[in-house]
Amino acid sequence: MEKFTAHTGRAVPLRRSNVDTDQIIPAHWLKKVTRTGFEDGLFEAWRKDPEFVLNRPERQGASVLVAGPEFGTGSSREHAVWALQNYGFRAVVSSRFADIFRGNSLKNGLLTVILPQETVERLWELTEADPAAEVTVDLEAREVRAEGITAPFELDENARWRLLNGLDDISLTLRHEDGITDFEAGRPSFKPRTLPVA
Amino acid sequence: MGRTLAEKVWDDHVVRRAEGEPDLLYIDLHLLHEVTSPQAFDGLRLAGRKVRRTDLTIATEDHNTPTLDIDKPIADPVSRTQLETLRRNAEEFGVRIHSLGDVEQGVVHVVGPQLGLTQPGMTVVCGDSHTSTHGAFGALAFGIGTSQVEHVLATQTLPLAPFRTMAVTVEGELPEGVTAKDLILAVIARIGTGGGQGYVIEYRGSAVRSLSMEARMTVCNMSIEAGARAGMIAPDDTTFAYLQGRPHAPQGEDWDAAVAYWRTLATDDDAVFDHEVYIDAAELTPFVTWGTNPGQGAPLGASVPDPASFADPSERTAAENALAYMGLTPGTPLREVPVDAVFVGSCTNGRIEDLRAAADILRGRRIADGLRMLVVPGSVRVALQAVEEGLDKVFTAAGAEWRHAGCSMCLGMNPDQLAPGERCASTSNRNFEGRQGKGGRTHLVSPQVAAATAVLGRLAAPADLTDRISVEA
Repeated sequence: MEKFTAHTGRAVPLRRSNVDTDQIIPAHWLKKVTRTGFEDGLFEAWRKDPEFVLNRPERQGASVLVAGPEFGTGSSREHAVWALQNYGFRAVVSSRFADIFRGNSLKNGLLTVILPQETVERLWELTEADPAAEVTVDLEAREVRAEGITAPFELDENARWRLLNGLDDISLTLRHEDGITDFEAGRPSFKPRTLPVA
Repeated sequence: MGRTLAEKVWDDHVVRRAEGEPDLLYIDLHLLHEVTSPQAFDGLRLAGRKVRRTDLTIATEDHNTPTLDIDKPIADPVSRTQLETLRRNAEEFGVRIHSLGDVEQGVVHVVGPQLGLTQPGMTVVCGDSHTSTHGAFGALAFGIGTSQVEHVLATQTLPLAPFRTMAVTVEGELPEGVTAKDLILAVIARIGTGGGQGYVIEYRGSAVRSLSMEARMTVCNMSIEAGARAGMIAPDDTTFAYLQGRPHAPQGEDWDAAVAYWRTLATDDDAVFDHEVYIDAAELTPFVTWGTNPGQGAPLGASVPDPASFADPSERTAAENALAYMGLTPGTPLREVPVDAVFVGSCTNGRIEDLRAAADILRGRRIADGLRMLVVPGSVRVALQAVEEGLDKVFTAAGAEWRHAGCSMCLGMNPDQLAPGERCASTSNRNFEGRQGKGGRTHLVSPQVAAATAVLGRLAAPADLTDRISVEA
């Protein structure tokens, strides 16, 4: 996983709640067997509208998405995270994220930042009024900064440590392989196995 | 202090607990399908890792599979590649797979329970958010992303953040014609699509106890639509009766030991939930969604709501957007909404009981002129059972299409899709924009409402059918 320490970039204000993963990346894109090449599928249906915020020339190259509440609801598709990253987003700000989406994002180094809705509103106002306004998402300081805004955010220490160091979960878990083997030895015999039964 | 069902199952699977770290949980069963696994297997290959427990892993093909002409090569080359990739990965890593054409093939959440692989007190994961279905057995079951799929393949464990507990208690008797689907749609409308965030929901109360296993699966299936991490129902005699004799259910002494353990799982009387919701079963009626998220629902007897009636500005905007997309006018009685297509199937309502319920209504009737209806069994086993009972003939005689098993029009990854603007009453789980096909409009309903809607060509409940049935099928 790529490290995340701090990132500064222009923002895309997305004034929508309940942005589900079918909107982020429609199902027909899920047939791909790679983690790359999803950028054109990001918000595919909405991007057909030339006025959609992502299509505006002043938003090209923006890398911080500021979205409404309940972002990432629905399917568990990690493709939603890959699509945002493939497009160029490094961080998403919202007042509420769906659990699975949030878990997926943090495992891929896409920083999802929870801020109060009123701060999200202020970021919307700022970046709508001035598309060139930069937003800094600072994981070391656990702070989002923009002109006139300094907003602390929370992230559990373990997830933060993994992001700051770009650590791979599987390697971390395999440090405790003996513990897994010990646990397996104590599992009851009635637990099912998937081996074909006669 | 006592513990809840979810806390007991969690505690029994902790491999490692350390200050400042998420608990490392052991996973008893890992279900795979073609869509969320290819990148995970690639990861294993890149790191030179193996599947740690092939004997706790099983794969089936469902999301992409066609429901017509399954004996012919899959027309869409991208879908075909994805299915072939799963087959290759299963072979290379030694994972049991049920491919298209196999008698055990079907939607992953229908296949696991029917094989008896889903049992009380287990941890079950799958790269699919509707894994919550398996919670109906008193298992802690949740959807995971592809990085986590790789993690489980490599280690048979997952580091997991702690959850909060919520009790949704439904007391009383469900009125005639009110189903598990109506119950869960009403729950989601009540608590909202984010209301379950961070929680494992336990469904309790006499109305839940009286549900069959199929109905319990419908309820738990849609827990994710309320944003919950998982949904669970304590195992009881209904659960044990469903499991006994299934291919992977314990046998002999193992069965006795298992049942003894399963009986200890119910939430203790003195356990405390972090949040509680009460619902009076008698107040529930057939429920349908009018919007583009599963929380935007109302009783069938109600009208399309006026966005201005929502106090919360973000809900108001969401309702405006939803009505624009759905092509609905505030104040229109939901019963007057005409429908072009009906879909019966999915991991929510694609089991034998669902097909029986729809067939009971269609027997001796015809679907409305110009309407198309797809009936897609959740698995090959469900299809075979339906054929044995003659349900397929009831559907085709009524003018519906009887298809092969798979996810089908629930998410339209295969050719089963709505056309732009087409309106569908669907027994599936998501009414998101474009979910069933670009521009398609989805109303989530129970199998009973789906069947009655097919007959009348507008949203309807079985009670609305006042015709006399012409032929006894």
